[in-house]
Amino acid sequence: MQHAAVKVDDLNRPVAVQVTDLHKRFGELEVLKGVSLTAREGSVVSMIGASGSGKSTFLRCINFLEMPTQGQIEVTGEKVALTRHKDGDLHPSDRKQLERIRTRLGMVFQSFNLWQHMTVLQNVIEAPVHVLGVPKAEAIERAEKLLHKVGLFEKRDQYPAFLSGGQQQRAAIARALCMEPKVMLFDEPTSALDPELVGEVLKVIRDLADEGRTMILVTHEMKFARSVSSHVIYLYKGVIEEEGPPSQVFGAPVSDRCRQFVSSAHA
Amino acid sequence: MSFDIFKFIVKGLVILILVAILTGVIYWLLRVSQWSWMATYYPLLIKGLWLTLLLWIFSCALGMVFAVPIGLVQVTGPPWAAALAKGFCTVIRGTPLLLQLWLIYYGLGSLFPKIGAVFPEFHKDFMWLIRLDAFWYALLAFTISFAGYEGEIMRGAFLGVPRGELEAARAFGMSPWKVLSRVWFPRAVRLVLPTLAGEVVLQLKSTPLAMTVTVMDLAGVVRNRITQDTYIVYEPLMLLAVIYMCLTFVTVWAFSYIEKKVPQKR
Repeated sequence: MQHAAVKVDDLNRPVAVQVTDLHKRFGELEVLKGVSLTAREGSVVSMIGASGSGKSTFLRCINFLEMPTQGQIEVTGEKVALTRHKDGDLHPSDRKQLERIRTRLGMVFQSFNLWQHMTVLQNVIEAPVHVLGVPKAEAIERAEKLLHKVGLFEKRDQYPAFLSGGQQQRAAIARALCMEPKVMLFDEPTSALDPELVGEVLKVIRDLADEGRTMILVTHEMKFARSVSSHVIYLYKGVIEEEGPPSQVFGAPVSDRCRQFVSSAHA
Repeated sequence: MSFDIFKFIVKGLVILILVAILTGVIYWLLRVSQWSWMATYYPLLIKGLWLTLLLWIFSCALGMVFAVPIGLVQVTGPPWAAALAKGFCTVIRGTPLLLQLWLIYYGLGSLFPKIGAVFPEFHKDFMWLIRLDAFWYALLAFTISFAGYEGEIMRGAFLGVPRGELEAARAFGMSPWKVLSRVWFPRAVRLVLPTLAGEVVLQLKSTPLAMTVTVMDLAGVVRNRITQDTYIVYEPLMLLAVIYMCLTFVTVWAFSYIEKKVPQKR
């Protein structure tokens, strides 16, 4: 069992997310075969790997959009209590705890998943107001600052359907940020975008990394992962094949498969 | 050239026919038609209109209240509840509304007096139930019917909301109730607003069935009182048509107003 090695420079930082020995089984198919990850505060952990390697499933297990079959998840030091269900998977035992944990994890999806019946601003303030109970005026103030930051202030009263993919994804990032999460989870945030729109989204994510936000990023953008990450995990068929600082994983990988994957992806 | 002449003749004929019809209608309205009965019957007509509105609006509103859970459990509920809801929708949608109305009015309506005959106590305590006005049976029948049809529509609506938007709601820590009330339900309703507008209009035009169980709604007043008392047939029926058309128009307008408030690309 390999455990996540963390960059030497942030070893004294507290752990934000700790995943231990995560397994996930869909029927006969075991998608994850014991994957562990440690993300310390301020670190950017990227997960790379071919389609079907299980990296998205792994990310979705962290906030229980997918229920793990085995393993343990700890967010900001709080261990999620799990109970085994009839379907064979582990489900959170305490719904209140699950909802509390989820508010600390800002999720950004591949297909944006903005709520289509709300304007951009309404999307951004929705969860802070209705989940965290932030006063509306305060949430709006916070949201407008974030929309400025992602360059969408002018679009705040538009409905998502009238925005480009890049704009929708930036709005979705603002929506996640407005919860003031401890950790940001990015699930292939640029995979559904036209090539010319990828840059504007990556720029926003890079700014967040520069601010020192803790992030776990599943991506196919190798160059970006190389330049922004503090730690890179290469996943192959549900196991960690290689991991380490980007200079190692991209520059001098130990595993042959990783070397092949990285060189074919032109990192 | 000859083709142009042909077109000209057709156009001329169409205009001629339209003018003839219009003249006929105006002549009928001014010279032939009788409206003197209006003076006597307008209070009854207003009462009838009131009953029609009550029956229509309350059956739609109450029907929707039941339709939402009926649709929801079919999508996300336990298997037994889903099967129950499915069965309900199938039975309601598979039988004529007139039949349902009669079964409820003659069945349920005659059940209470029978119970009263057997148990004198029931007779005394539940006099109001035994003497219940036909209107309430009609309201019950129309509500059940609307719930059946809209339950099926809401099922489709709930299914039609993209899974990703629900996932996003959950990912931000919303409780199941919050997911439903803030995202799933409002999103689903907007998806089916155009369909709902049509259903509400259809419901309005089903209400005249109530007159078959002695409810004096608008149609009941016209058919069971005015035309039978005065032997004047066309004028009251025309008035009826115009009133239903106006109500339909207002409904369609109101729904399109709500629809425009949330622009959606399809």
